Amino acid sequence: MKSAQGIFASAATLTLIAAICTALVAATYQLTTSRISANQQAFLEQSLEPALSGVSYDGSITASKLVIPAPHELPGSDAAVVYRAYAEGRPAAALFVVTARDGYSGPIRLLIGIRADGVVTAVRVLEHRETPGLGDRIDLSRSDWVKQFDGSSMINPNFGGWAIKRDGGEFDQLTGASITPRAVIKAISETLVYFDAHRDELFSLPATGEGQ
Amino acid sequence: MTTGESIEQLRAGLWKDNPGLVQLLGLCPLLAVTTTFVNGLALGFATLVVLACSNVLVSATRRWIRPEIRIPIYVLIIASLVTCIELMFKAWFPSLDRSLGIFIPLIVTNCAIVARAEVFASRNPVGASLADGIGMGAGFTLLLVTIGAFRELIGQGSILSRLDMILGGDPMAGITLIDGGWLLAILPPGAFFSLALAVAAKNVIDRRREAARRAHMPRNLRRADGATATRA
Repeated sequence: MKSAQGIFASAATLTLIAAICTALVAATYQLTTSRISANQQAFLEQSLEPALSGVSYDGSITASKLVIPAPHELPGSDAAVVYRAYAEGRPAAALFVVTARDGYSGPIRLLIGIRADGVVTAVRVLEHRETPGLGDRIDLSRSDWVKQFDGSSMINPNFGGWAIKRDGGEFDQLTGASITPRAVIKAISETLVYFDAHRDELFSLPATGEGQ
Repeated sequence: MTTGESIEQLRAGLWKDNPGLVQLLGLCPLLAVTTTFVNGLALGFATLVVLACSNVLVSATRRWIRPEIRIPIYVLIIASLVTCIELMFKAWFPSLDRSLGIFIPLIVTNCAIVARAEVFASRNPVGASLADGIGMGAGFTLLLVTIGAFRELIGQGSILSRLDMILGGDPMAGITLIDGGWLLAILPPGAFFSLALAVAAKNVIDRRREAARRAHMPRNLRRADGATATRA
């Protein structure tokens, strides 16, 4: 059997090349990770203000950042972030950064703005890997789909309405993609439920400082 | 390898065996992202870097790789390179990364890259493989940029819009030639029409050149291959 030796040689070559490739990716990751998170933070901060259109508030939103460590009842398994806006010391709105884990390909990071009275001001997709031409229409740069949530709340539509029309709900689906909209709708409704249950607590907690 | 050979490699990639125009490889990204000049240039450049690096790595390791495991090795090398490029785009060109989205990671599936690894790099020395990678990558980029500029001009009436995504700075509107455009060019059918026009244009140019070459040749020297013919 000359093939046994060949198999071991092949396995060794594959292992070696895999190790080298992994080292290459790991080194690039180390080199870029701080820049990438800085870029993501900058993009997030740019998106905060437009997501609160129609709400008047005082001061800067980024100063009122609150980190909710996992586990929590919000969508996503890692820490969620909430930015709070106040007008004359009273709660005006909250912006949630949550992760929908059940997208079609990978996590979908969402920014969800909710006014103090529980009405959604805007939903924006911060990051996703959905299929081009199908699921990627949740992104505002591809279609207006995500705008249909403006003005919705826990009671508008009512409980059963938080689903795509095909599932008997009130919201438009995307042709050729149903997993993606389901994931987004589920994340928004869960966030609304969380906001309703924890509203006073959310607005009274002190801001999470840097490094915490 | 001589300089003449590398130049011949580059010419093959850019024109004679252009991966997009002649081999019709990598059509998915080609058709999907060429809505503007900037998108075409960025994806083309990323593909060129991956193609050149993967050709070099495949060629350098070709003596130690047993033929039965060559395909998994190509996949490993190409996937790692693409992941590195994706991280670099996210770090240094975040808005381009958002604009190209999933198409940067999808460079992995560009069959032009694995085709060059299999057909060329696994059989040739490192220098020639590098020249082949650069030539093929440049040919692909040239086509992406041409189609991107064409679709942008017809579809939006502008050229070079959002150049800031490469150069940095404030958003740039580019040069607007006509206000508004013919939307069809931006939509997916526009991509197919543009590619068809590009392939047709290449065939017309090749035919004209061939005819001109034959017309300049004395009758008794006209031969099918034309290799030894010289002007009288």
